[in-house]
Amino acid sequence: MAALCEGFTLCGLGPSGGVGLGAGVLALEPGPDSDHVLLTDRGRTATLFKVSDQKPLGCWSVKHGQIITCPVVCNFETHEYIAVHDDKVLRIWKDEDVNLDKVFKATLSADVYRIHSLPHGEPLVLFKGGGVRTLDVLLEAPQQEIENFISDEVIKWSEAFLEGQEPILIFATEKDGDYFIYVQKFKLNILHKYKLEQQELSNPLSFTAYIKNQIITLLCLYSNGSVYKVLIPLQRHSEEEEQILSKSLLLKLLVSGSVLKGTSFAILDKDHVAVLGSLTAFGEESKECLTIWNTKFQTLQTSKELPLGTSGQLWCYGEKFFFTHGKVLTVIIYKCETSSLAAAVGKLKDSQTSDVSSFINWNALSDEELVDSLQSQQSVALKSESKMTLRSRRNSVAKVQPDTLTVGQLLLDIKDSSSAAIEDELKQLLSKPQMPDFQATIGCVITALINRCKTDPVFYPRNFLVQLIQKRGLSYSLCPDLMAVALEKKDVHLLQICLQRFPDIPEEITYACLKVFLSISDDYLERTDVNLESVICYIDIESNNKEVKTEIVENGFNAELEEDSCDIIFTKETHVKNDGEFCPVGPQKAALLNAVLHSAYSETFLLPHLKDLPAQQAVLFLRYLHYLYVKSSEKITTTLPGVLSPTINQIMDWMCLLLDAHFTVMVMLPEAKGLLSSLHKFVRAQVRFYSELNKIEGSLQELQRLKRQKDSQTYSIEVLELI
Amino acid sequence: MGEFEVHRVRFFSYVPAGVRCLAYHRRTDRLALARTDGAVEVYNFAANYFQEKAIPGHEARTVEALCWAAGDRLFGAGLGGDVSEYDLERLRVKRSVDGFGGPIWSMAANAGGTRLAIGCEDGSVKLFHVVPDGVQFERNLDRQQGRVLCLSWHPSETHIAAGSVDLLRVLDVGSGRTVQRIMVNYHVQKSKKRECVVWSVAFLSSGTVVSSDSFGRLQFWDWERGTLLESHTVSTSAVLSLAVSEKEDSIVVGTSAGATYQFQLLPVKMGSQDKHWVRTKPFQHHTHDVRAVAHSPTALISGGLDAQLVIRPLMEKMQKKGYEAALRKFTFPHRRLVSCARKARLLLFQFSQHLELWKLGSTDESGKDGEVLPVCRAPEHLVQLKSKGPEHIYCSCVSPCGSWIAYSTASRFHLYRAQYEGDSVSIKKVANVPKLLLPAYQLQCSADSGSLFVASDQGSVHVLQLLEPGGCKHLHTLRPPSGTPEAVYLLASSADGNWLAAASGDWEIHLYSLKRFKHHCTVPTYSCAVTALAIHPVTNNLVIAYSDQQLFEFSIPEKQYTAWSRTVQNSGLHKAWLERDSPITHIAFNPKNPSHILLHDVYMFCVLDKSLPLPDDSASLMNQSALKQLPETARKRQLHAFKICKKFQPLLFADLLDENCLVMVERPIMDIKTQLPPPIQQKKFGT
Repeated sequence: MAALCEGFTLCGLGPSGGVGLGAGVLALEPGPDSDHVLLTDRGRTATLFKVSDQKPLGCWSVKHGQIITCPVVCNFETHEYIAVHDDKVLRIWKDEDVNLDKVFKATLSADVYRIHSLPHGEPLVLFKGGGVRTLDVLLEAPQQEIENFISDEVIKWSEAFLEGQEPILIFATEKDGDYFIYVQKFKLNILHKYKLEQQELSNPLSFTAYIKNQIITLLCLYSNGSVYKVLIPLQRHSEEEEQILSKSLLLKLLVSGSVLKGTSFAILDKDHVAVLGSLTAFGEESKECLTIWNTKFQTLQTSKELPLGTSGQLWCYGEKFFFTHGKVLTVIIYKCETSSLAAAVGKLKDSQTSDVSSFINWNALSDEELVDSLQSQQSVALKSESKMTLRSRRNSVAKVQPDTLTVGQLLLDIKDSSSAAIEDELKQLLSKPQMPDFQATIGCVITALINRCKTDPVFYPRNFLVQLIQKRGLSYSLCPDLMAVALEKKDVHLLQICLQRFPDIPEEITYACLKVFLSISDDYLERTDVNLESVICYIDIESNNKEVKTEIVENGFNAELEEDSCDIIFTKETHVKNDGEFCPVGPQKAALLNAVLHSAYSETFLLPHLKDLPAQQAVLFLRYLHYLYVKSSEKITTTLPGVLSPTINQIMDWMCLLLDAHFTVMVMLPEAKGLLSSLHKFVRAQVRFYSELNKIEGSLQELQRLKRQKDSQTYSIEVLELI
Repeated sequence: MGEFEVHRVRFFSYVPAGVRCLAYHRRTDRLALARTDGAVEVYNFAANYFQEKAIPGHEARTVEALCWAAGDRLFGAGLGGDVSEYDLERLRVKRSVDGFGGPIWSMAANAGGTRLAIGCEDGSVKLFHVVPDGVQFERNLDRQQGRVLCLSWHPSETHIAAGSVDLLRVLDVGSGRTVQRIMVNYHVQKSKKRECVVWSVAFLSSGTVVSSDSFGRLQFWDWERGTLLESHTVSTSAVLSLAVSEKEDSIVVGTSAGATYQFQLLPVKMGSQDKHWVRTKPFQHHTHDVRAVAHSPTALISGGLDAQLVIRPLMEKMQKKGYEAALRKFTFPHRRLVSCARKARLLLFQFSQHLELWKLGSTDESGKDGEVLPVCRAPEHLVQLKSKGPEHIYCSCVSPCGSWIAYSTASRFHLYRAQYEGDSVSIKKVANVPKLLLPAYQLQCSADSGSLFVASDQGSVHVLQLLEPGGCKHLHTLRPPSGTPEAVYLLASSADGNWLAAASGDWEIHLYSLKRFKHHCTVPTYSCAVTALAIHPVTNNLVIAYSDQQLFEFSIPEKQYTAWSRTVQNSGLHKAWLERDSPITHIAFNPKNPSHILLHDVYMFCVLDKSLPLPDDSASLMNQSALKQLPETARKRQLHAFKICKKFQPLLFADLLDENCLVMVERPIMDIKTQLPPPIQQKKFGT
């Protein structure tokens, strides 16, 4: 659940004290430190605050008659401050500078809209005409001509991101009620223009955006009290003039039946947005409030009334909200936790949210039918709503009409188009806003891709398959041949992801994966890309042998207790290599085996397959399991650290299963003997330890029983205090 | 607020009887339930699952089957061999007809509710017509060997499926002939052959007969060919009961291991019309045999020999998640079985066929919150009064002074005079009690122990004068001016002896002046059942608790709701209060502190302080433990009207003995469990 803490005042904004002389706040920007903010007012002053101390650290003003027109930002690389006053005059200064008149000055040839400072990047200057320069390019020739892209459109909002190492600037403009989105990519110096789908009787008031997986997600707050989501793929191949962006409703701001008129908002995490706005209930005066919403469950999580009124601006940096409340700048710390269904349901009494979640329409799954039905469905949908366009197929497949891409078409294309063309289409598919039957569609797409893989040995869109699988909700049964193909290609990374993601892998395939993983050499694996998350915490990757760490064994078997048998401790002291001490496989292989350990299985079905495992591999696997078992027994909690690392039960179950399957082989094999005997000793030590614990448990239970006996009397006179 | 000395009583060895059969009535949303002791209860689902009617049992009248027929008439049949109709207004058997087939094991009504079929010990299936004044024998169907344990009508009313040992039969209603015989243990190996009891059948409109048997199987048969369509082994123990939803797409079964399972008719392949029955949801709410199950449109209902009634709403049928979709479990009756003589510190416990009178112990020490004080005088079991005859007790009461004890069965009313001399007690039966229309549904003594109020049928209340040294006289009968067929089931008298409130089965509350023996006024009707009533000793305000957990306060002198009551209605009660699932069964007051109202249900005891503000939904309703951690000064701001204590559970009775002395009667579930026969041993892994 999200929660708002008690707020505190950062500074007064009134004419008498504090900053701004009552003109209001132009903007708030993060300062050089995480706890610092830079406040620029609508006048001449910029102030640097330390938030936790609620005190100003520095304050700079321009001369009388000048006005700061662009919020002061901090260049995080150089710790310099950058400001623009009177639209064209750029100033750069450092902490120690006092008088702004004496600092670096550059007069530019065009009006500046905003400067965006990015961590680990050069600041970007956005001009009112839509031109963008990085600061150092601009300072090389301050009077250079700046092009005007947008003629008479007015910039409403802008934001900069770093995707990989590449800075990306996105801004929104308005002209005669139409809204346009521009995306500027620097590396390639490409400016894309999009038109925002119109909304009747309502216009966007505020924007905010984030970038993830090469897709910009733009959220727009509309004047009708709704938040819409727009997805903009970064990869765009067609150089068309103007694309219309379709939007999907993310959230309706309804509080007990009345609409929250938002003025500004901020994204908190993947499920939460904060909205500042005013709420008008029936027959009541409107009141302003700050609210946190869960977009996943469409619920209001918490809200705070702001009776003194706000300026409608909201900033959010480092888990703090900043906004003007009455005559002061208020800071509120918020907490936002991942919300569970239980936490979200029932918070808002009469919200209009429906509890109906979308399910896969299993009936729509049969292959050829789906193509037809989706095609017809979509063409109908598209005829009526031509805004849902995704036109970009023109450059790749020229003969097809430049209208829209349907899933059906995609499935047909997969059969014969070039892999580049298919990749393009897939990208679009993934950037589409929520589709009905998404899972079913993805399943069909994967099946089609796999069929192509089977017929065309060169074709193998690995990255896409990985990306598709990583979208949640897929299962083995949706794309049964995928793993078979991956096994054939020995694509261990894909197999690893499948094992981690799919809930319903048949035991036969699990076994096949295990066999492949065990048979591939560690040297080969070192060159492959495997997710090491599950092993990184307990395998020393750097030097996986010969170096003995003398850790304290916490799990109770010390030398006194186990004098006779426990040569694990003995070997520790004598620095002799022991099976349980070092990881017998490389970290990549370990990670892959962990994925196998993690997958669900049924003993009855797995055992027959497991019997086919070659003896050497079985011993290797057993050795690794032994290593895991010893490793996990080191901690009292008997868990291994790290994400998705196997649990002790999984390890034990697999160990038993493996021993069951290869019992005779293990007994006969000379190299397995040492392993078995050390395993046996370790287990015996553990059993002895637990039997000691059982004894203690008995005495503890007796204590508890005594307590309960007192409780079970049939009559007692007790004292009860009610306050 | 204050400290109480709490007498925590756990020696009320009440064991509720197991649930034998259930019958759900869709139109009125009511559930009829019969217990193994022959008691019949009706739960009103619309009134928050309140147990609105209870007909006490009878030694010779076990109920094996219940049916709703001819609208909302309730019929029962049992091993006594009679088919009886219940009078739900006067809460007794209206009339009985002998089936002439020996003990009756099963009964089923046809879809139209015009005919009843009974299955008898002698192997016969008999049809009865439902006529306005009871049932009338129509005809016998084919008789065969073996008792008929279960019956089900085909929805078209042309055929009846009947299950007995090893055998399933389909009978033609028109000709009366057996048209199909199915041996259910045909597939079992010879060596393992043992008796296979068909415990329950259902006849689906498609012509499929569903049977559940003692081998733990649920089987689907084609009745015309007599072939097995599907067989599901549900359990290693017997499947005792099954019920089909109205749409015939869902079946609930109950097993003798205490588990219930839902089966649903689902397509096996996507898009195909071919549907199969699939076991979907297992539930383990009971510890013992689940003898009866029912299927309402939105819930699975099961009743077990562990006396629990469990209502498990189906999530997919609920409009919204939340309170409505919560599981309900009922173990205890929704009325009080304990009465208390405050002045004499006596408790009277009502069992099905006897009464126990106990004297509470005492202590001479005091202590702090949570402490257990040493008992200097142990509680004493004074008297056990056995009711003669086969009938079970309807109601009982002890007077505040402890010297009068009264109880009533279906046909007899008994009044006793108790005399205490030192440690000895002598009980004398009062002879010549006035002849009243019986049974009495509720008994209540006036505060001065001078009169006894007897709740009777047709909304009437008899006022008896108790005379020293041991006599009684009928003074008056109070009747509602408009008349009502329903019986009075709750009474409350005022401390000053001026007023009497009576609530009847139609949920009306009438107020009478005892000074003039006249009807005073009627409390405005509320759309829910009354669960408890009491008149405040100082203000003469009537406090009413309804089954939807609403509380009202009605000023008797002013004939209107009090200002406080209106405030409560305006601001609404706390959500957590409204979502409790057991009704308030007793209300008491603290004469020293007129703003306090003492309430309790099975899971909590509450002192409602009217002088404090009501909590809003954002505040925590159970804030006692939080308050205890706060310093004295900080408590003030956090206080609200509801002071709730959940320490004593399950609570059957709570009352105030004097200013700071409470009595709480608990009945721990574990104690009941130990009285039940051991459940079927189930091997748990690793034990």
